[in-house]
Amino acid sequence: MAGRTLYDKLWDAHLVKQRDDGTALIYIDRHLLHEVTSPQAFEGLRLAGRRPWRVDANIATPDHNVPTVKRSEGMAGITDPIAKIQVETLDDNCRDFGILEFAILDPRQGIVHVVGPEQGATLPGMTVVCGDSHTSTHGAFAALAHGIGTSEVEHVLASQCLIQRKAKNMRIVADGRLPPGVTAKDLALAIIGRIGTAGGTGYTLEFSGEAVRGLSMEGRMTLCNMAIEAGARSGMVAFDEVTLEYVRGRPFAPKGALFEQAAAAWRDLVSDPDAVFDAEIRIDASALEPQVTWGTSPEMVVGVSGVVPELDAAASAGQRQGWESALRYMGLEPGMRITDIGVDRVFIGSCTNSRIEDLRAAAAVVRGRRVAQSVLQAMVVPGSGPVKRQAEAEGLHEVFLAAGFEWRDPGCSMCLAMNADRLGAGEHCASTSNRNFEGRQGHGGRTHLVSPEMAAAAAVAGHFTDVRAMLAGDRGGLA
Amino acid sequence: MKAFTTLTGRVLPLDKANVDTDQIIPKQFLKSIRRTGFGDNLFDGWRYLDEGDPSKTPNERRINPDFVLNAPRYQGASILLARENFGCGSSREHAVWALEEYGLRVVLAPSFADIFFSNCFKNGVLPIVLEENIIDEMFEMLATGEGLELTVDLAEQVIRMPSGKTLSFEVDSFRKRCLLEGLDDIGVTLTDAGAIREFEAAHRQRAPWLFGDPG
Repeated sequence: MAGRTLYDKLWDAHLVKQRDDGTALIYIDRHLLHEVTSPQAFEGLRLAGRRPWRVDANIATPDHNVPTVKRSEGMAGITDPIAKIQVETLDDNCRDFGILEFAILDPRQGIVHVVGPEQGATLPGMTVVCGDSHTSTHGAFAALAHGIGTSEVEHVLASQCLIQRKAKNMRIVADGRLPPGVTAKDLALAIIGRIGTAGGTGYTLEFSGEAVRGLSMEGRMTLCNMAIEAGARSGMVAFDEVTLEYVRGRPFAPKGALFEQAAAAWRDLVSDPDAVFDAEIRIDASALEPQVTWGTSPEMVVGVSGVVPELDAAASAGQRQGWESALRYMGLEPGMRITDIGVDRVFIGSCTNSRIEDLRAAAAVVRGRRVAQSVLQAMVVPGSGPVKRQAEAEGLHEVFLAAGFEWRDPGCSMCLAMNADRLGAGEHCASTSNRNFEGRQGHGGRTHLVSPEMAAAAAVAGHFTDVRAMLAGDRGGLA
Repeated sequence: MKAFTTLTGRVLPLDKANVDTDQIIPKQFLKSIRRTGFGDNLFDGWRYLDEGDPSKTPNERRINPDFVLNAPRYQGASILLARENFGCGSSREHAVWALEEYGLRVVLAPSFADIFFSNCFKNGVLPIVLEENIIDEMFEMLATGEGLELTVDLAEQVIRMPSGKTLSFEVDSFRKRCLLEGLDDIGVTLTDAGAIREFEAAHRQRAPWLFGDPG
């Protein structure tokens, strides 16, 4: 028998029933919920007179439209009455059905994809779902994790299962080591630039290679988080010592003998050496530079030393049309240098880049510097309560505040601008989030996706700049 | 769920690749806790010239006359003709609710994003993958100014063109049955409750740490 991929193993371990029609019933170990995509699912459950199948598999937290200021006021701090009803509805539903919720004033509240791993509620070998496409984040734990729609949220609540067809296997091998100043975010963007936003459609991605092995768990989460921007519902990284050490001691992780038993089982969460992938992509990570998106799709990306592409470089008429439309929206010209693009606002946060290492990296750039005069606003939104407290214990908030950044409370914030944090029309934003779609960060807003280091450097310079050169200046040398 | 059997309707062309669900229904409309009320905000950012918010009715908005959805000849369309990777990005099912409520029950495209594709079937909307050259032909037919009316027959898995020509399409047999019968797929899954319980017990034996008491 041919070897199995990590995805094959996770699939097999959760297969409840293979049906004759080609669909399969897959068991779900962990279901994460938030306020935006769950109310209609709970309503459906009630209308059908159903109860959650396994209450303890569910964990909820409000994140999408909580404000990032005045958190101590709790619910009273939510000034938008419609948003408030939605957050209250999550509270009500969790209370009625007995689901554990990290509510707005809970010290563990945060972005659902930061909270799960941080609490040890995401474990290796699990199937993890959530009504949010960035659930792919949890694949960093050698877990099968993907986003689902609201009907499927209801399905999982009612049956602990999903009806699925198996996806194909794609391996993405990142050879070599990422150079200093080049991050998991840059690797993710470079991969998307290479295979396109539909390149992974129908596949489960496994990220591997020296560069991936060299990433911390937080870096791996950033990478897997962006799998969906390559079209893949799930991305994953094989289990290793880095995974094990991250999980050890987390509140929801097994303890003592049970942990050792789990660890022994987790060691098999790797693709077999003779596993067959349906597709394989190789990328030389050692040759990458920091990436900046210039358009309205994450695939419209280029290295910081590059330029906005000429339309003639488009591979097809359709792509040319897409580029033209993107440049019109972004207010950019072909051939323009990336470093000539000015920045009006800076957002450091989101489920992609709001963890402690992200904040440390950004603070290291900002330390001793000031946000440029031309920048209207620069904000840091920690991914969760624990991230915020850790950053404050390390004094990072003081670094940001001294530089002119705002230091906010945890939530999705300006990644999707459901709350009050948003761009004005025509404004350019250096953002550590995951989507640069039209209007994503505010009506008419222009998003450029970058790493936390690059966002920090752009805040200081007032335009995009190679963070490596800025840091080299600190050392008295040239990049 | 609303059943889908056959539909005869006018085609609305949206000639743009990689249309993401943020465009189909922008985030400010996701604050609703209901499944309805999204149709007026379908493609909100393209359809209106002013910025929308949930408190505004369509009458208070400035219509974008250049957006295809607002063209008089496409009013009442029930089939959307789209380009590749339609529905990419956010998993928001609100995108399908908005399409359905507007009256679009079929989407034709060369490819779809996975989560959107799956969400369609849960809401009586039929996404159909067609060869790129066929999609191109349909866009060309519409570009001449002639309307295009198609009949989509799910049971037979064919699209009937005005010329009498038919195009066959693929559809997953389980999803087809759910659409044709308007089935609640949770009900179908729960007919396997015994198998789920059996699996769960064995799973707990194999991996007891997955069943830890949270908190």
